[in-house]
Amino acid sequence: MTPVPTSSQDSTVPGGGQAPHGAVTTAAGTPAGVPAGGRRTTAATMDEDMHDDSSAWAAPGPTAVDHRVSGHAQPPAPAVSLRASGASRVADTIFKGVSGATGVLILVVLAAVAGFLVLRAWPALTASPDELAKISWMNGQSLLEYVGPLVFGTLLSAILALGLAVPLSLGIALFITHYAPRRAAQALGYVIDLLAAIPSVVYGLWGALWLAPVLDPIFRWLSDTLGFIPLFAGYTAPARNVLAAATVLAVMIIPIITAVSREVFFQTPVLHEEAALALGATRWETIRMAVLPFGRSGLVSASMLGLGRALGETMAVLMILSPGYLFSFFLLKPGQHQSIAANIAAKFPEASGLSVSVLIATGLALFVITLAVNMVARWIIARRAEFSGAN
Amino acid sequence: MSKRIDVENLDVYYGDFLAVEGVSMAIEPRSVTALIGPSGCGKSTFLRTLNRMHEVIPGARVEGRAVMDGQDLYAPEVDPVQVRRQVGMVFQRPNPFPTMSIADNVLAGVRLNNKRISKGDAADTVERSLRGANLWNEVKDRLDKPGSSLSGGQQQRLCIARAIAVEPQVLLMDEPCSALDPISTLAIEDLMSELKNDYTIVIVTHNMQQAARVSDRTAFFNIAGTGQPGKLIEMADTPTMFSSPSVPATEDYISGRFG
Ligand SMILES: Nc1ncnc2c1ncn2[C@@H]1O[C@H](COP(=O)(O)OP(=O)(O)O)[C@@H](O)[C@H]1O
Ligand SMILES: [Mg+2]
Repeated sequence: MTPVPTSSQDSTVPGGGQAPHGAVTTAAGTPAGVPAGGRRTTAATMDEDMHDDSSAWAAPGPTAVDHRVSGHAQPPAPAVSLRASGASRVADTIFKGVSGATGVLILVVLAAVAGFLVLRAWPALTASPDELAKISWMNGQSLLEYVGPLVFGTLLSAILALGLAVPLSLGIALFITHYAPRRAAQALGYVIDLLAAIPSVVYGLWGALWLAPVLDPIFRWLSDTLGFIPLFAGYTAPARNVLAAATVLAVMIIPIITAVSREVFFQTPVLHEEAALALGATRWETIRMAVLPFGRSGLVSASMLGLGRALGETMAVLMILSPGYLFSFFLLKPGQHQSIAANIAAKFPEASGLSVSVLIATGLALFVITLAVNMVARWIIARRAEFSGAN
Repeated sequence: MSKRIDVENLDVYYGDFLAVEGVSMAIEPRSVTALIGPSGCGKSTFLRTLNRMHEVIPGARVEGRAVMDGQDLYAPEVDPVQVRRQVGMVFQRPNPFPTMSIADNVLAGVRLNNKRISKGDAADTVERSLRGANLWNEVKDRLDKPGSSLSGGQQQRLCIARAIAVEPQVLLMDEPCSALDPISTLAIEDLMSELKNDYTIVIVTHNMQQAARVSDRTAFFNIAGTGQPGKLIEMADTPTMFSSPSVPATEDYISGRFG
């Protein structure tokens, strides 16, 4: 059999769109295929490779024989030296060195930040109760008693925000990738990306001046109808409670979660989506069978990115939340909660000496929380790696 | 549970591009129909019109009729999802769901129809389908392992098990063996001759010997040139096609003179 110059493209092209589908090149050099029309390559277009016999060659009509002759006319392949060239070996070494160095650098920076936090928090960690009592805003509490409600407020606002943002982001991302017409999807994706670029202080202004009045009747209604559940009891206007802050945080983290999930969903192998469709799955069933399972670990990462941002968000919380230092589950009452970051920003300008150390100690707590969140995320992703799309 | 399909004057488009033109053919129940022809002549495209998978590609559409036991698959009131539940499909690349176990893969289609299938029924279906796909003995001890832990040939038989678990009327196979080694290929060919007792099977293949071995009827597609639509050149009983085809191009293709 004559070797025929077929293009041996790997057909597992990720859903990028522009990839020419496994085009077969005729001996005359013209591509036999037309570029895939859709945004993704489909399995129907994926079958022209993998035949090493000449049948993979689209040769129309009896002129085919001539084509094969021209196949013979291919120049012989040049002899290949098996020794690596000096230049490529140097490039390889440099690349290895640079990538290794950046890896180490990241670790060094991380260690430096942790070291700084511990060092500067140390005076507060070791201070006697009497010394701490001199700081007026500690109200005679121990460091632990002071940090506890702050950690609680931080986690509560961030988790509420995540609870609001994840379902919405998932919906938007699925709409963009699987329901919207291409034009609308592009426009929507663009708007979402723009939202991510808005500075948090603007979100803070928007939340305090525009959203709070809008939320007021909603919260009033919640408190009136569901007030028998302690969570929603005791709303007092204006809407400067933790739920209002979490709503603004949710709006802030929707773009990042949506953007990451959208990328993940776009990469769902067409093969698996078609497997579901061919079994008679509806669009939603296809999403449940092929898209969500494939994207699960990506979704966890996206949510954790969002959670990380919500945990550390300062300005928006500072501008919206009327602070309090309680372990309180009254989501609609003002003056119950405060987040670590907003607290630091509020107190830092006036602080000096030991009170700075106390604030840094709360910062250390935030640092530990964020690390822990990331580790939990990694653990969730790794737990069922065997069943992930990776193999 | 096997039905005939009569295709009348089918034109298949990708947007404005006419990929397959004017196909009329009768696909007999309880038999294997092989579609052969050079790459790009529209075999896959045509095959995917038989379970309305073609239209999942944006802009893709079909004109003409494909009638399954009296019901036009393209009639306005027909739900493509219901068509696909009756016309199963096996793809060129084995595509078990990587996040599901072997058993869950087999049950994937069944669960779409019947959410609350009992444990016993589920186990029966899994065993029956895996036996039907000649895979039971190889996997019966590891049904809870991921489908992607199997070899390529086993994965393809798992996909066949998944397709037959829903007891379709028709089974479409698009080059089901082209990604497999010769031994797995033989296993699947054996399977096809068993399955045709129960199902109407349509298979696209690049392999002449395979078409000759497994099919009862063979249809030859060809294109006049790049950018031209693919057409059905001739269709006949497989022995006739391979011994005395009526069109010279068929003979050229079958004897390996091109393609
Ligand atoms: N998704 C697609 N979009 C546009 N054109 C396509 C697509 N898939 C296939 N085609 C075109 O349709 C024609 C038939 O392709 P195909 O059915 O895959 O051929 P075969 O299976 O016989 O090799 C080819 O010209 C191919 O380029
Ligand atoms: Mg094909």
